Amino acid sequence: MLGYLVHRLLIMIPTLLAISALTFIIIQLPPGDYLETYIAELESQGENVDPEKIEFLRQQYGLDQPMIVQYLYWLGGLLQGDMGYSFEYSLPVSQIVGDRLLLTFVVTLATVLFTYIVAFPIGVYSATHQYSWSDYGLTFLGFLGLATPNFLLALVLLYLTNRYFGISIGGLMEPEYVDQPWSMGKLMSVIQHLIVPTIVIGTAGTAGMIRRLRANLLDELQKQYVVTGRAKGLPPVKLLLKYPLRMALNPFISDIGDLLPELVSGSVIVSVVMSLPTTGPMLLSALRSQDMYLAGSFLMFLALLTVVGMFISDLALAALDPRIRLHGGATK
Amino acid sequence: MTAPAAPGGKLPHFVSDAPFDPYSVERMTPEQERYFLASQWKMMWWKLKRHRLAVISGAILLAMYASILVTEVLAPYNLHSRFTDFIYAPPQRVHLFHDGSFVGPFVYGFHYSLNMDNLQRIYTPRDGKTVPPGAAAAPAAEIQKLRFFCFGDRYQYFGLVPGSFHLVCPAENGTLFLMGTDRLGRDMLSRVVYGTRVSLTVGLIGVSISFLLGITIGGFAGYYGGWVDIIVQRVIEVLRSLPELPLWLALSAALPVNWSPLLVYFGITIILGLLDWTGLARAVRSKLLSLREEDFCTAAQLMGASPGRIIGRHLLPSFMSHLIASATLRIPSMILGETALSFLGLGLRPPITSWGVLLNEAQNINVVVLYPWLMLPVLPVVIMVLAFNFFGDGLRDAADPYK
Repeated sequence: MLGYLVHRLLIMIPTLLAISALTFIIIQLPPGDYLETYIAELESQGENVDPEKIEFLRQQYGLDQPMIVQYLYWLGGLLQGDMGYSFEYSLPVSQIVGDRLLLTFVVTLATVLFTYIVAFPIGVYSATHQYSWSDYGLTFLGFLGLATPNFLLALVLLYLTNRYFGISIGGLMEPEYVDQPWSMGKLMSVIQHLIVPTIVIGTAGTAGMIRRLRANLLDELQKQYVVTGRAKGLPPVKLLLKYPLRMALNPFISDIGDLLPELVSGSVIVSVVMSLPTTGPMLLSALRSQDMYLAGSFLMFLALLTVVGMFISDLALAALDPRIRLHGGATK
Repeated sequence: MTAPAAPGGKLPHFVSDAPFDPYSVERMTPEQERYFLASQWKMMWWKLKRHRLAVISGAILLAMYASILVTEVLAPYNLHSRFTDFIYAPPQRVHLFHDGSFVGPFVYGFHYSLNMDNLQRIYTPRDGKTVPPGAAAAPAAEIQKLRFFCFGDRYQYFGLVPGSFHLVCPAENGTLFLMGTDRLGRDMLSRVVYGTRVSLTVGLIGVSISFLLGITIGGFAGYYGGWVDIIVQRVIEVLRSLPELPLWLALSAALPVNWSPLLVYFGITIILGLLDWTGLARAVRSKLLSLREEDFCTAAQLMGASPGRIIGRHLLPSFMSHLIASATLRIPSMILGETALSFLGLGLRPPITSWGVLLNEAQNINVVVLYPWLMLPVLPVVIMVLAFNFFGDGLRDAADPYK
């Protein structure tokens, strides 16, 4: 297990390096740099731009260096926990993004849990009631969740919760709690506001999860040992829970690798609509204004979230599924 | 039957006079013959036909794609026609009966008033019964009979041929807003019909790009194995661990602002396709890894076929149907991706009209409350995504030779 852990960790290093290079190339892609946007903005306001000042800024931020040097600077900074400097906010990136990263993490975690909690009973039910009307209905519902664009669902649910539960629209908490110290009421308010985004982001992943669980469980249910167990008079519920379900549970762990990028994508667009202070809205504005280090840090963080998630899911799978042998050579 | 011969006696000699047919055992009924000789695609078609939902979805898809060809005729109005008297007008309902007597399909005209408290435009149908708020009595009924196969709004068919023929037009001096109008007074239904052209082709072109990339890259990785395979595997892993939407966002933010809308359209499709080939490449690779060991592949190699020819002529066709089925399942995510990008304002931009661009106007909560019909473009999105999913599922089942 330890060997596997180390091996898996070592693989992550080149992956993350490649991701960082890709991220850097992408944020460098737009023609021009932030300073050009900045100059244009100043000039449009009728202000004079001192070329020397611009030159100074350019040198200060290393924008005059070749791309590879800039990349190495950025990478070196990242490794030391320095995420660069946001041009737009004139603040170090780490100061701006701290809370947002945490909240993104919380929302993603909540969504994963939501997906599991919803997908699990539905998947088991539709597998055990294959081709019944309820199976068709639930499958269709899952597909509908997949097919409805997230952002629109978010809008409608926002309106409905406001109308029927009196929860304020958008934001992370009721307006009166903003800038207040943390209290029980504030926490409850935050939780209330996280319900809708969790549901909305979760719907997209739930459908896929239901289908995979259903397919896996159906495969298991047709196997000989189930027939034997039934022939020997095992009660149906025990027969279902004891072995087939355990086998079919693997996708719940292994699919987190597919699920996470999906959820992170979903959270970006939903939080833009719901103006949640997660990475989404700020990433969007950073991309628009070519605030490259800010955008780069967000992209890096989102990728890191998925890579680490996959790592954990691999470990959990290896620990939980006795069929996965990590060492000891071939069995045949 | 003759009586059995006495024990020890001579057996009766029997010779059949039917002509001898050595193949009688192997002969099949015409039905069997048809089945055994059917090509792979024919078998797929038979299997697909049994999948009711897939057939229905396929028909819907076909109809939607066919509508692209005659968009201008199907839409009651031109894409850019504006009706400044009818801004944010709600959908008009089509009626058949007025006051209990049959009139044929018609709509009631609008009565317009302004709510002076919140400056909301209020449209009420002039059906002779509905009393507009603030008015004393209902205005006289105004029946606007629909015209079919008629000449109405002018348009340029595919931007080339001028015309004015429509499937359905409003009455002379009447209106026909079956999905309401937007903030500029443009007919939503017409815009949705026009948006179909863009939204559906985005997915198709995007999938073609990712299909080509996936087959080529996965093909070479699977055929050569070794370090080519290792590199491709790593690249796929990196791409798959990146969340799609932020990456799409970043890439489309990189599209130059001064590009023409058409270039942006192609840019977006390329972006959508560029990040999507990984799943397909994986499938191709794993299949080729096993197929390249087959004898027919060795035979082709010995005869001096080039790797490209072996992959394209001999290996890929054996699981092409399956590949196409999986590609079908990728189209909806591209349609949704385009919708999301355009919704965020980083995708297509007006004057190009797609469902995402239309939904961009339904961005805030006011719309949900005051003008819910602006959210109607979501209907075709949902229908298309569902149809593609069901059809792709059916196609995949049909392409599976072991079922």
